[in-house]
Parts: sequence; C-alpha cells; structure tokens
Amino acid sequence: MIMRPSNKVVTLVILAAIILIAPIFFPSSYYFRVGSLIFVNGLAVTGLVILLGYAGQISLGHAGFVGIGAYACALAPVHLGLHPALAAILGAFLSAVIAFLVGRPILRLKGYYLAVASLGFGILVSMVLSNEAQLTGGPDGMPVPELGLRAGLKTIGIDLSNTEFWYALSGLVLVVGAWLALNLYDSSTGRALRALHGSEVAARTVGIDVAHYKLQAFIISAVYASVSGSLLALQNKFVTPDIAGFLHSIEMVTMAVLGGAGSVFGAILGGAILTTLPQVLTVFQEYEQLMLGLIMMLVMIFMREGLLPAIARRLRGRGE
Amino acid sequence: MNFNRNTALASSLALVLGFATPVFADIKIGSTISETGPASFLGDPEAKTLKMLVEEINAAGGVNGEKINLILYDDGGDPNKARTFATRLVEDDKVVAVIGGTTTGTSMAIIPVFEDAEIPFISLAGAIEIIDPVRPHTFKTPHTDRMACAKIFEDMKKNGITKIGMISGSDGFGASMHKQCLQIIGEYGIQVLADETYSPADADMTPQLTNIKSKAGVQAVLNPGFGQGPAIVTRNYAQLALGLPLYQSHGVASDGFIELAGAKAAEGVRLPGTALLVASLLPENDPQRSVVVAYKAAYEKATGKPVSTFGGYAHDALRILVDAIKRAGSTEPSAIRDAIEGTHGLVGTTGTVTMSAKDHLGLDLSAFRMLRIENGGWKIVE
Repeated sequence: MIMRPSNKVVTLVILAAIILIAPIFFPSSYYFRVGSLIFVNGLAVTGLVILLGYAGQISLGHAGFVGIGAYACALAPVHLGLHPALAAILGAFLSAVIAFLVGRPILRLKGYYLAVASLGFGILVSMVLSNEAQLTGGPDGMPVPELGLRAGLKTIGIDLSNTEFWYALSGLVLVVGAWLALNLYDSSTGRALRALHGSEVAARTVGIDVAHYKLQAFIISAVYASVSGSLLALQNKFVTPDIAGFLHSIEMVTMAVLGGAGSVFGAILGGAILTTLPQVLTVFQEYEQLMLGLIMMLVMIFMREGLLPAIARRLRGRGE
Repeated sequence: MNFNRNTALASSLALVLGFATPVFADIKIGSTISETGPASFLGDPEAKTLKMLVEEINAAGGVNGEKINLILYDDGGDPNKARTFATRLVEDDKVVAVIGGTTTGTSMAIIPVFEDAEIPFISLAGAIEIIDPVRPHTFKTPHTDRMACAKIFEDMKKNGITKIGMISGSDGFGASMHKQCLQIIGEYGIQVLADETYSPADADMTPQLTNIKSKAGVQAVLNPGFGQGPAIVTRNYAQLALGLPLYQSHGVASDGFIELAGAKAAEGVRLPGTALLVASLLPENDPQRSVVVAYKAAYEKATGKPVSTFGGYAHDALRILVDAIKRAGSTEPSAIRDAIEGTHGLVGTTGTVTMSAKDHLGLDLSAFRMLRIENGGWKIVE
C-alpha cells in the first residue's frame, strides 16, 4: 500500500485525460450528452463509494437526495428568487441537514435493517415530490430555469453548444468530486471509516467514535448525490419525481457494486457502463433488459468485488 | 478464467459496435416511446401502431416515392432517458420529425430538445401544458383533460345536475384532470360539494365514498383517474349503493375497465370516450367511421390484441405527419412544421383535426362521444 499516493494521482490524471480526449472521437453532439450523463451518475456513485466502499454502510434511498438537489434548482429560483447555481448549493446544504437528521437514527441499524430504513427515506422523498402537486407540479414534473453560465462564457469568447457545455461542467465537477473522495480516503476520517468497515467493535476499541464517522460518511455522500441531482436538473431543464424514485436509488448502488464499490475509479466505470449500456443495447430492441441482466449476472458471478478491482487484481497477479 | 477476459472483451466490443450502427437515407422519422415500464400500457400499443403503419405505408410505395425509416427507442417512461434518446434522434440519427413522449413527464422533458433543434415534434401525452402556451415546433394528438371535463359537465348540465362530489386519483393523470375540471366547472354552474382523493395503489376507496355519500345534496360523482383506481371506485360505489350517476373519465375508456370493475358494478357508468372505442356502433354516415373501423381491423389483425385509444393517438400522429410531408413535398423539418400547422379536416381516430398557429391540437368537443356502459358493453348517448 506504499503505492497509494501515486494511485490517487494516476486515477485523477487518467480520469481528466479521458474527459479531455474523448470528445475528439465524438461523431455528433449526442455523445456529449451521454458523456455528461456518465459524469453526473459517476458523481453520485462516487458519493456512494464513500458510504458503501469506505464505511461499509448501505443506502437504498440516495435518490432521495438526488431529488432534493434537483428540486432545489427547480423551486428556489421561482420561490426564493435565487440564482440556479446558489439553488444547487442550497440543495446540497439542505441534503446535508436532512442527512444529519435522518442519519442519526437510521445509521444505528445494520445490514438489511439499514437498507430498509434508507429505502423508506428515499420513497418518502419521492412521495412528497409526487403528491405536493401545487408546489412540485406533481408526477408530471416542473421546468428548471437556465443556469445562464453558458451565455456568460459566450460573452468572453467561449462559445459552446448546450451539450458540450454540460459535458465540460459535469466533467469538471466529477474530477473535483473524485479528487475530494480520494483525499478523504487517506485522511484520518478515511482511515476511521475503513477501520469501522473492517470491524465496528475493533474500531470502537481503539477509540473511534463509530456513530460520528458513519454519520459523516452519510452526510458527505448525500451532498454528492444532491449535487449530481442539481446538475441533472439544470442540464435537462425539466425535472420529474422519477429522479428521486426507488429505481434510481437501486441503479446507483448497482453502478457502485458493478464497478467496484471500494474504488472511486471503479465506481465511475460502473456508472459509465450502466449509463451507456441502455444506449448501446437499443440494437437488441426487445432483448435489452435481458442483456443488461445477463451482463450484471456475469459480473456478479465471476468478478465479485466489481469490474475494476477484479481486473486490476488479475493484471497485478500476472505481472508478479 | 479465460472466460472472464473474453466477457470483458466482448462487452467492450459491443460498446464500440453499438455506437457505429450505419444509417440509410429515406425519410427518417424518430420516436421515443415508453414501450416498457409503468406507462407501457400506453406505450406498447403506440409502438405497435407506428411499426404497423410504417410497414403498411412503405409497402404501398412510401411517401412522395420515398420510404419511411422509423427509428424507435424505448425510454421506459423515464424522462431522463427520453431526453437522451431525443438528443440522439436529433444529433445522431438526424431525423426530420419526431413522434413520441408517451407520458406528460417524458414529453415535457424532451420538448426543449426539439424546440432548440427546430424539429417538429408530435406528442402522444394528455396534458394541456404541452400545447398551451403554443410552442412553434410542438404538436399533440390526444385531446386534453380539459375537453373531457367540458364534455362531462355538458352532459351533467343536460341532466340537470348542479352539485357533485369528486374523487380523484393522486397520480399525474388524476391530479391534472382534477385541476383542469375545477378551472372550468364555474362556467357550467356546477358546484363541488365533496372533493376526495386516493392514491393509485389504494385497494379500497370505501371511506372516501362514504364521505361523499354523507354529504347532503350531491347529485352525481365524478372520478378522474386511470389504471385500476377507477375500477375499484366503481366496485365500491356499487357496494355502497350510492344510487347516483357515476361519471368516469376518458382515462379508463377501454374494454379492460369494464372487465376490471365487473359488468354489474359498471352498469350505468358514463364517460367520454373516442369513436375508436365504439367503432362498430357508429352510424354509417359518421365521418370517422371508415377511419376507425379500418385502423381497428388492421391493428387487431397485426397484433392479435384489442385496439386501444392510446394506439389511436400514435395512428393520428403518423397520419398527420405523413399528410404534412405529402403536402409540403419536402422533408425539410421547417417545411414539415409549417405543413403540420396547416393540417385541415384530417379525420383521425380521436376526431377531425384542424390546426392553426394558435391551436397545435386541432380537436374540438365533437372528438368525444358520451358513452354509457350497458350490459357489459358501450352505448352512445346523445
């Protein structure tokens, strides 16, 4: 594990390089859209890596925070007159507060019980978003105002198309998010989280405040989810309660587990695969769901720790 | 362990290949529809209809001598996915027009893509927000909830009903129709004495109906909603023996509803439906008769399933589009857009469509028929 610091730099450099170089190969601006979706999902999944991979706590309700971030961008500009960018920050703050309040009681639970409690939270958020129709527009959703940053860039001579702009912005946010998450891994907090992941009893014995650190991980991952929701809402300029739905929560956890929940780059890879697969599999028409399930099953059976860690281990094994 | 590496290789190869699917000239029409997912009962007949009609048109020589190439994606009812497919249709597939948006949510999410790209888009979703305010490139074929409300209120007025109770689903359809009904109810001099709601997954609406029953002066009950909710309302309504006329919405105008509610409980229920539902009952001189009878026969032959109103929306959208391309004599999106707006007297399954710069729906109240359920079947009242 002496290699750790350089690993961090390598991950960030590879990530940034992919984001910068990929557009050269894009035949049309549709690929920018897919790219920005990968980055947005990657960001949310990076948050889950902190909770799931570092601290070993499951959450099946993180789409709730995505929803809070998204609806903050839709509602705050209309009702509070806030700039959409400030609304995204407000959403992140709100998510942190709610994660604090919700996290305290539910993080006492373990395993299935924690999964079910967090699931309940996610469903509650999506129910509120669907039912408070006079505020949220109900299940039909509501429009989100323009961020306005693209027009600002235009005045200083950087003219990007809509999809290009969102590719660049979400790519940038993802790199920052990944950098923060990788730094956290090596910090004392990261060590404490990994310790309690290994054994809560042992961690407590050496003086780690387990409840405190679990809560911290939960709040941080909630903020990641919220920011990803804001980015998605601002880029779509329209938001519906589906964004906070149960399926979205499951999708995020699946991305993390598929790519490798313990590694930031692996989780982003998982996000990238699950985001592009439905687009690629349209050639199979009716068999799309079947193929998706098959690929998931194969990965789960043959690469239990996730795609990236499994591949990395195998490559290392061969080198030695 | 070689198998693992091969799987990884195969999937990455699939990734590369999938992005490089070749495309051919012809008239490219795009579509993103919720074939699967919670809205599949709407999207499935829509997709089947489009495929069937495109095949039919191409077999007959295409439009202006060119074949239609239908590019159809399944968004699973997820607005975010729909938005990605919409971008793909515009940027990658370079379609000249788009039909789709099964639900209001998916439609609203993809409208900005087409407005930005100036590609004509015909939505298959119900809400009035899609065409009001009018956007230059957005059209739709299903009648609005407001028109259904108007049709119901007209019928109530004719029968001297002035005080009603409402029980609405809290899903998108129920909530939207509830809102639209309340907006125009004043024009008909009708008052709502009791206003109840239920969640789409509720299994029993007896408490809400009991509440309505206990309100003095209620002359009829209106139930905006779709899916299983209205069927349960209808059953509970019969069990409680309210003895008042029950009005359902166009959301349940299908044979499936009678089956679900049971012919006995559904007896006497009134609702506004399309000509398609009662194709065989239409009088010979009805202008819609030949269109709906032909579509119904073709659809049932091709799919082996009963025809649905929702497939009819897709039928009308494609007919409007093909008619516009013919009249425009061009496949330029801007020319198609202008021609769609100039649609005049086109007879579809939902009604006779006449669009204008101010009206991107083009239907009036005659598009609806007031129906009554009798002996497990439909009867046209009027």
